[in-house]
Amino acid sequence: MYEIVGRKSMGEGINLYNILAPDIASKALPGQFIILRVYEKGERIPITIAKTDKNDGTVTILVQTLGKTTHMLSELNVGDSLADVVGPLGIPTEILKFGTVVCIGGGFGIAAIYPIARALKESGNKVISIIGARSKNLLLMEDEMREASTELLVATNDGSYGTKGIVTDVLKELIYDKKEPVDRVIAIGPVIMMKAVSDLTRDKSIKTIVSLNPIMIDGTGMCGACRVLVDKKTKFACVDGPDFDGHLVDFDNLMNRLKFYKEEEKASYECHIKEHHHG
Amino acid sequence: MDEVKNLNKDNSLDVKARLKIKRHEMASQPPEERRRNFKEVPYGYSPEEAMEEAKRCIQCKSEVPECVKGCPVNIDILGFINLIEKGDFLAAAKKIKETNSLPAICGRVCPQEDQCEKLCVVGRRKDTPPVAIGNLERFVADYEAKYGDTRITVKADKGKKVAVIGGGPAGLTVAGDLCKMGYSVSIFEGLHAIGGVLMYGIPEFRLPKEILLRELKVLEDMGVEIFTNVVIGKTFTIDELLEKKGYSAVFIGTGAGTPKFLNIPGEELNGVYSANEFLTRVNLMRAYNQSEYDTPIKRDKTLVVFGAGNTAMDAVRTGLRLGYEDARIFYRRSRKEMTARLEEVHHAEEEGIKFEFLINPVRFIGDENQNVTAVECQRMELGEPDESGRRRPIPIKGSEFITNIGAAVIAIGTNANPIVPKSTPGMDLNKWGYIIADENTGRTTKRGVFAGGDIVTGAATVILAMGAGKKAAVSIDEYLRTGTW
Ligand SMILES: Cc1cc2nc3c(=O)[nH]c(=O)nc-3n(C[C@H](O)[C@H](O)[C@H](O)COP(=O)(O)OP(=O)(O)OC[C@H]3O[C@@H](n4cnc5c(N)ncnc54)[C@H](O)[C@@H]3O)c2cc1C
Ligand SMILES: Cc1cc2nc3c(=O)[nH]c(=O)nc-3n(C[C@H](O)[C@H](O)[C@H](O)COP(=O)(O)OP(=O)(O)OC[C@H]3O[C@@H](n4cnc5c(N)ncnc54)[C@H](O)[C@@H]3O)c2cc1C
Ligand code: SF4
Ligand code: FES
Repeated sequence: MYEIVGRKSMGEGINLYNILAPDIASKALPGQFIILRVYEKGERIPITIAKTDKNDGTVTILVQTLGKTTHMLSELNVGDSLADVVGPLGIPTEILKFGTVVCIGGGFGIAAIYPIARALKESGNKVISIIGARSKNLLLMEDEMREASTELLVATNDGSYGTKGIVTDVLKELIYDKKEPVDRVIAIGPVIMMKAVSDLTRDKSIKTIVSLNPIMIDGTGMCGACRVLVDKKTKFACVDGPDFDGHLVDFDNLMNRLKFYKEEEKASYECHIKEHHHG
Repeated sequence: MDEVKNLNKDNSLDVKARLKIKRHEMASQPPEERRRNFKEVPYGYSPEEAMEEAKRCIQCKSEVPECVKGCPVNIDILGFINLIEKGDFLAAAKKIKETNSLPAICGRVCPQEDQCEKLCVVGRRKDTPPVAIGNLERFVADYEAKYGDTRITVKADKGKKVAVIGGGPAGLTVAGDLCKMGYSVSIFEGLHAIGGVLMYGIPEFRLPKEILLRELKVLEDMGVEIFTNVVIGKTFTIDELLEKKGYSAVFIGTGAGTPKFLNIPGEELNGVYSANEFLTRVNLMRAYNQSEYDTPIKRDKTLVVFGAGNTAMDAVRTGLRLGYEDARIFYRRSRKEMTARLEEVHHAEEEGIKFEFLINPVRFIGDENQNVTAVECQRMELGEPDESGRRRPIPIKGSEFITNIGAAVIAIGTNANPIVPKSTPGMDLNKWGYIIADENTGRTTKRGVFAGGDIVTGAATVILAMGAGKKAAVSIDEYLRTGTW
């Protein structure tokens, strides 16, 4: 059993959890993820590792409540346990001295980009991070991101903080208007955002890494549910990724594959809510 | 053996009388019923049926009976059948367990028609089918589980720890054998449940999970430590197990486990599954029981499964049980080249599965949401034999045709999973990525590291994986006693 030892609501239906998993905490590198099951009849869902603490043996994750599994997770409190946690899975993000790296995070992707930005900065890169939210009070991990970056740029949809707009607007300004020389871009967030970032950097030939989030089951290369098309070739995101060259990824296919079980997921969620509210 | 000889002596039936007895097939759920449920197909023998079937064995007097030669682990088949004839089922079970610790599983999944029953002398005569060795094996194992005492008490007195990676048949066998020898054994399994293909691949209607759990309990009661949710190569490496975690030897039984795809256009469409995904959703994650379990699966009109091995049979019959109206096999060779167990093919046909031969898919076709709606195939003819000795299928020009489908399952085999090999320096692989290990000892090219089962041979069978585990256990014991590599 994997105990929840810390929990915090971050707004926007996103919760932070510290989970006791010492073996994973001592091993995980930026870019890796875990797979968890909330209870013994539940689904296996992949979640990126945002932070680890080797001393107290915890792994920190940020989870957006979407369907049944994440909803059940949101109902758990400190002292409750998860049925299963396995990891760290996937290949860690490549951390080298590239020069100037732009790290872009959207939604829960901010949690995923955080350890990467930090490691890149520690390796001597100039790290310009761009994060976004609907509004100032909904911005995730701002302090951590500021500390992990050389420079932090913010976009809010309502203009309450930083640039009014979305993260790609800020990126566009940076590489097209300010002509900042950028050696690498790393983007993690909604598929649509990673696609837009890749489109922007393609013309400038800036190497762009995205972290793909297809539906997974085992996370060890056994089932092939997580396959994605990269350079028209089949890759397994759980073992070949989750990081891939954004200029070669077929994002439309990924979006369609993510939608495949929508009806079943909806039914399962509604059923859960109904049971929940009627005892 | 003495006991057996005595028994032969006072056995009154002569060979002629024995040959007159008809082979007993196990009573089964009727096809029209079982095609829509996940309960096991055959019910198994009654004690009377088992004793009658045992009488069909003509008690070959040769030093090693033919059937035994056909069994990869050389079970004393004559010995256990004799004990069944005598009615001593518990002794029969013990006899099998001298060589095979998982008879309830082997009796259900071994390809007996290619092994023991293939060589059985009775079966080699024109009019008499072989003794139903597999059915008898299953019967005594189930009988023992019900009425006998399967507990094994062991003392971990060797003072050495062995790590077993992967909880499939190879790993379970190594763990059990070493534990009996007095070693402390830990199994590390990547998934949340142990059992390997027996858990995630082979469906409930062929191998009820209850039987697997029963066997796992025996291991646990013996003192084998089981760690699920540990992916070796990720959570720990093999070097860490040996250098930091105090294990004196490691056995790798991680299976073949990575699905092959056809590499044809449209394979990325929704509704095109690997057999592993389809079966894992249903078996490991229990998607067939949607009211209780959360992992989703689709049910549609037409399902086509490509392939003709056990995996393909399991997938197509699973599809039928999920509620697909029409579940079919498309195979690029002919009926003769199918590799599935005969019994499964029979059962599938009884259940109304259609088999179409000499058909090869060339592309999948999808709708605007990238959901698969059809598959284009071409017809094949058989040419000269290929490397596998089977006649090579060759496409017939202009024979393309389109079939509307709701889902497709690709069951054309597996590749080696790279996680352990890639994270283990100093361990050599063959050109397909499988681990090189000595056939008789399981020793790899890395000191203290042994391997066996599908990760060494490529996809094979449960009994071969168990056989490899047995040999490795002997060799691990030798290494730990002598220290010589
Ligand atoms: C490598 C990776 C890292 C991820 N990291 C995070 C993270 O740090 N924080 C976070 O909030 N989310 C993360 N996700 C997404 C998260 O796994 C899904 O949101 C979650 O599975 C939804 O489950 P649900 O039952 O609550 O919702 P459902 O209603 O079942 O599904 C909602 C949507 O989530 C996706 N999804 C469903 N099942 C799975 C599955 N088994 N695997 C992957 N996606 C699925 C589908 O697109 C689906 O439409 C990550 C996904 C991947 C692949
Ligand atoms: C659908 C299907 C039906 C079959 N039907 C039959 C049949 O009827 N009869 C028959 O004889 N054979 C059958 N087979 C073949 C048979 O199941 C295999 O040959 C046999 O299971 C191989 O055993 P194994 O122990 O080598 O590996 P597996 O059974 O594959 O077990 C390997 C285990 O290792 C775990 N693992 C993998 N990597 C790691 C890691 N890095 N760290 C920790 N754990 C890891 C896996 O999760 C798995 O549990 C079938 C196979 C399939 C797929
Ligand atoms: S283990 Fe398999 S081959 Fe050996 S006797 Fe039993 S059924 Fe036959
Ligand atoms: S999740 Fe099963 S292969 Fe990647």
